[in-house]
Amino acid sequence: MMWQTGYAMLVDRRKRGLAVLMVLVILTLAGGAAEAAWPVAEVKGDVWKLVTLQSYNSRLVILSTTLLGAASGLIGVFLLLRKRSLMGDALSHATYPGIGLAFLLMTSLGGEGKWLPGLLLGASVSGVLWVVIVSAIRRTTPLKDDAAMGIVLGVFFGAGAAIMKMVSNLPGADAAGLDGFVYGTAASLVFSDFLLILVVTGVVCGAAILLLKEFALVCFDEAFATSQGWPALRLDLTMLALVTAVTVVGLQAVGLVLIIAFLIIPAAAARFWTHKLHVMLLLSVMIGGFSGWVGSGLSSLLLDFPTGAVIVLVAAAIFIISMMFGLARGILPRAVRHARLRRKVGRQHLLRAIYELLERHQLDAAEPVSNLAIDFESLAVHRSWSSAELQSLLRTARGEDHLEDEVPGRVRLSESGFGEASRVTRNHRLWELYLIRYADIAPSHVDRDADLVEHVLDADIVRQLELELKGRPVRMFVPPSPHLIDQSAG
Amino acid sequence: MEFNWDSLDTWTVVIGGLSAVAAAMPGCFLVLRRMSMMGDAISHAILPGIAMAFLLTHTRITAIMFIGAACAGLLTAAFTQCISKYGKVDRGAAMGIVFTTLFAIGLILIRQSAKHVELDPGCVLYGSLEYSVIDVVQIGALEVPRAVISIGSVMCINILFIVFLYKELAASSFDPSLANTLGFNSGLIHYLLMMVVAVTTVAAFESLGSIIVIAMLIVPPATAFLLTKNLAHMLVLSAVVGLLSAFLGHLGAMAIPPVFGLEATVSSGMMAVAAGALFLSAWLFSPSQGLFLRLGERREHAGRPLPPTAGEGS
Repeated sequence: MMWQTGYAMLVDRRKRGLAVLMVLVILTLAGGAAEAAWPVAEVKGDVWKLVTLQSYNSRLVILSTTLLGAASGLIGVFLLLRKRSLMGDALSHATYPGIGLAFLLMTSLGGEGKWLPGLLLGASVSGVLWVVIVSAIRRTTPLKDDAAMGIVLGVFFGAGAAIMKMVSNLPGADAAGLDGFVYGTAASLVFSDFLLILVVTGVVCGAAILLLKEFALVCFDEAFATSQGWPALRLDLTMLALVTAVTVVGLQAVGLVLIIAFLIIPAAAARFWTHKLHVMLLLSVMIGGFSGWVGSGLSSLLLDFPTGAVIVLVAAAIFIISMMFGLARGILPRAVRHARLRRKVGRQHLLRAIYELLERHQLDAAEPVSNLAIDFESLAVHRSWSSAELQSLLRTARGEDHLEDEVPGRVRLSESGFGEASRVTRNHRLWELYLIRYADIAPSHVDRDADLVEHVLDADIVRQLELELKGRPVRMFVPPSPHLIDQSAG
Repeated sequence: MEFNWDSLDTWTVVIGGLSAVAAAMPGCFLVLRRMSMMGDAISHAILPGIAMAFLLTHTRITAIMFIGAACAGLLTAAFTQCISKYGKVDRGAAMGIVFTTLFAIGLILIRQSAKHVELDPGCVLYGSLEYSVIDVVQIGALEVPRAVISIGSVMCINILFIVFLYKELAASSFDPSLANTLGFNSGLIHYLLMMVVAVTTVAAFESLGSIIVIAMLIVPPATAFLLTKNLAHMLVLSAVVGLLSAFLGHLGAMAIPPVFGLEATVSSGMMAVAAGALFLSAWLFSPSQGLFLRLGERREHAGRPLPPTAGEGS
């Protein structure tokens, strides 16, 4: 319900502005929360203290990682749908030479080498350069996406290592801690870092919400977007620019591995729960934020554990749970659905087989079919079932009250079973007739083709089939089979 | 400009070249199988393997590290396969999930054992080519760096692997279903390849650093890919490109920084840059699909009128 209202808001262009405003309000609140003097409640143990953000240091870390998790969860959805999840990985390595060069440049100009905005600018420039080179390789060589990313990643990182080494040999320059820039220093975040994260995540989320429809279009069908006159290339580059922004800020705050994980895992986990983009976006944001919150909280409880690593593990745990139990695409729900469908198909096959055998006992085709007991033997032969298969099918059918067992070794349809059998057979025949008449399939081959579809026919389609085939609207009229029903095989 | 080229420089180039060749061999198949990022994933993911190997045995014997790394590499490949197959997740994303998680586990393990040892993640990522040339063993009359022996043997294993399984690797890279119908187990070959990549990475990371190994896994094969359409030629060419970039890289590390008034820099990084430069020249000037050639072709076609289509003239 809430999601639907949220989505309706996002579709309407004016209301998107409202959504952006909400994001801003939330972020301002977060900003305020970081600085505000909190009412010190009576302490209920360390965990409670952490969760309620009582301690200033861990409050900054927790809020930062939560914000970063949420923002990269949002952007990660688009990366995942575009099958570019590893972009964050490659991109974050590629910022390395930019950082080194920026440091080199600033030091040689006589400035402070570790001036943060300068370093971020350097990282962004080399990230953007990376994006441009990758797309150039992809467009002008037969090499694929992955090779293009790998090449530029390796070369950039090599260049970065070389530049860093030169920098650290530079006389008079204090390059210590530049590495931390790449590997992240979550535990030593200060308020200015937090503000930077706040602003960047705000801008990124705002831009992503405003461009939601356009991004979705490019993600799902780039060719269509282009043909409709949308600037697909520019949208693509905008998306990558947002990724670069999140990556650069995140790198500095939480390190390389974490930002890669943040860009991939929440989105991939959210995908298991839904088929709808807006739900997936919301879920991904929540999963990212949640794992940031819980992970950094946990790591400050377990003093020796690196923050980034703990957050990754929390996110990975959520991913595993989602993969198992996710309602839309999770492994278990899918297996359950699959088993249910198989049972249904098996039951329908059984009922139809019985009905067809009953028809064989009819002397006159015009007479209605009468319900007799059928022996297992002929049933097994009719569909070439093994006796084990037949027994399990019978067990299912008995469970649904379709059968009445009177004589051992024989089976008789119950009242409801007979009705269901006529319905199933009728669907099959209608579909066969339709295929023969409109799809030009030979009557001798139609059985197999009809079999693929008949189990999923709903009442509406059956009604249309009736009209199409000018079948008389008699209740439960079962047309005779358009082909000979083989004695030995079904 | 004047260089002091001594035996240490020779050994640096030899180690770099051996690693480059060792990496380029399996790298060719990674590029062909569109799994270039697998090298990157594995190079991060071997961290817990190494940490576990160390924690369990408390030694730094190379062979044990290899085993740990190979296990972690296999796990990466297996988990990735599992997630993308059963969870129906895009393979790139599955890879990303697996390697970040494994790397996180590795980081925690290392942090836990860090009280007892220095197993520095920074060293894993950057390597120290300059130091591995000093660490020597005596063979006959010759002092050979230990790294030369370990990387040299890995290179031999890789070459043998490709020579013996050439047909199977080729078939399963170009057409896995064909390979299966021919009776090769393409799944097994996939895992073997992953193991080879993992072992190569761990052999090279001590000296080259694992991220640079990514460059050597992908860039020389990609360069060769642009120059030829023949798999055997591609393998040979990628080895040549790897050797060249090792040599040029070391030369560059010594020669380029002084131009800007800086000291010499790490050779491994410059080797990656040299490989990148070779790739760039192949990209621009390749006789079959270079950028310049294509531009020329386009210009040639631009002057010509389109052939008349049927029905247009009447």
